[in-house]
Amino acid sequence: MRTYIIWRILLMIPTLLGAVTLIFLIMRLLPGDVALYILGSDESSQMNQEALQHIRSELGLDKPLIVQYFDWIWDALRFDFGNSFWTRQPVIEELGRRYPMTANLAFLSLVLGTLIAIPIGVLSAVRQDTLIDYVARVFTIAGLSLPSFWLAILIILALVHYFRWLPPLDYAPFWVDPWLNFKQLIFPAVATGYRLSAFGARMTRSSVLEVLREDYVRTARAKGLRENLVVLRHALKNALLPVVTIIGVELLVLFGGIVVVETVFTIPGIGRFLVDAITHRDYPSIQALVFVFAAFVLVVNLLVDIVYAMLDPRIRYS
Amino acid sequence: MSDRALDLTADMAAGLVPEKHGTARVWHAISLFVRKKPLGAIGAVMLFSFIFVAIFAPWLATHDPDLNNYRARVKPPSAEHWFGTDNFGRDIYSRVVYGARISVYVGILATLIGTSIGALTGLLSGFLGGRIDQVVQRIADVMFTIPGLVLAMAIVTMLGPSMLNVVIAISIPRIPDTNRVIRSAVLSVKESLYVDAAHAIGCADWRIMLQHILPNVTAPYIVIASAGLAGAILVEASLSFLGMGVPPPAPSWGRMLSTEGMRFFETATWMAIFPGVFISAAVFGANLFGDALRDVLDPKLRGH
Repeated sequence: MRTYIIWRILLMIPTLLGAVTLIFLIMRLLPGDVALYILGSDESSQMNQEALQHIRSELGLDKPLIVQYFDWIWDALRFDFGNSFWTRQPVIEELGRRYPMTANLAFLSLVLGTLIAIPIGVLSAVRQDTLIDYVARVFTIAGLSLPSFWLAILIILALVHYFRWLPPLDYAPFWVDPWLNFKQLIFPAVATGYRLSAFGARMTRSSVLEVLREDYVRTARAKGLRENLVVLRHALKNALLPVVTIIGVELLVLFGGIVVVETVFTIPGIGRFLVDAITHRDYPSIQALVFVFAAFVLVVNLLVDIVYAMLDPRIRYS
Repeated sequence: MSDRALDLTADMAAGLVPEKHGTARVWHAISLFVRKKPLGAIGAVMLFSFIFVAIFAPWLATHDPDLNNYRARVKPPSAEHWFGTDNFGRDIYSRVVYGARISVYVGILATLIGTSIGALTGLLSGFLGGRIDQVVQRIADVMFTIPGLVLAMAIVTMLGPSMLNVVIAISIPRIPDTNRVIRSAVLSVKESLYVDAAHAIGCADWRIMLQHILPNVTAPYIVIASAGLAGAILVEASLSFLGMGVPPPAPSWGRMLSTEGMRFFETATWMAIFPGVFISAAVFGANLFGDALRDVLDPKLRGH
């Protein structure tokens, strides 16, 4: 097990490096030019050639690509992600300021999504091909079909209409006022959590269906156990384990939702930071965000695999 | 009845249905699908209605979708403007109808390009194995750490806003998913006896790959492509919503919901409702149809 974990951690390094390299290449090799963008000009005429040169050297873009690349990697290893091209402030400070809000929202969405997903998935499987199952399946497919940003807009419209509630101008940090923080973030969390709950419910349904066909479930039924106990004590315990493994995929889905929902609710989090950074072609911020997010996904996936192995003694990594 | 009943050939072998040919066979398959998978049939009808709307948009629209009319700004739905008008006085119904063109065009093209590249690399990766497989799979690993929407945002910003660039940006995140699915399908087909037999009679590798393996991985390909279509329409809408989609004044559904119009939504709810209903319905149809197709084509995946 220990060798396996060490091996996995070592394997994370090239993957992370690959993610950073991919985004670096997209930002540098594709035709968009940040200097032109900052100058607010569409083409490089003779007149602004000097101004362009000035901006490029100021941002370090006049160096050879390969030098820029290794400079960035070297700095990133020391958690120095450079200054934003847009605000000229250190990226790491902006990141530090914004990530608690996003982490908060993500956590709330995950909890909400799971709380909805598991009962619906289990019910849908136990009552397979009944009306309940059909309603549950339409509910989950709708969850996969509604765009998060539209759901967010509908939620705001409903709140404005019925409760005269507007998205707050200032979001309270969790440690300052947890209750206010909860009240402010629960609605955005519904917008992102619905899609997650749909993923979770599908996974739970198929996993429970599979387990219900197992021999030990038949044994439990044969010895006269009540159906409730069969499901709750025997089936659910084994069925929920594989559901845990999709959390890595869920994080990708969740982050895609957070990017748009933070924009709708004007939440000062990482998702909006990323949208702004991409709009402004702010290379250092984009690279830092991709680096941090990819590292996070990799670590979560590793933890999931380790926890999985600890919970299920049949799984042995070597 | 079990889903096995959908297997036409099995039915015929059992003498349940008379042997049919040509169009009769196709109609029989369709009527079976409708009876066994009512939800999937509804999805198919929804999806094909959108394709119909997209093709016949000029005949279905009542107004010019891009025509500003300052005397009819932000008007609620009426006999003249079925879905109301937006802040430029443009007819929302006509814009939604024309918007179907963008969603259908970008969605189908991006799905075709992305899943084809994914399937091709998956086929090669699974069949050839070894070092090529290693390299392709490590690249896929990398792409799995960046959310598809984020990757598409970065690509389209750098390529510049145009219909083709949006298609490219949306197709690239489709590649790794398809690659993994096709690769694992190829790996299992590769173990089949008929592949062994083909090897034994001295078939060339490329012939085995194209004639024996490829036809046997089309089912998972159709499944992943139909799921991908729903995803592609959603990503297109999200990109447009964020102002990174097909450039204005093109009436993209996502753009109609974007932050530019947000301050009007509170009083003019129709501006927010109709485009969203259409996005959701199109994606919902694609998802329902895709789910049913998967159940029919790939019994092993059923329930997942």
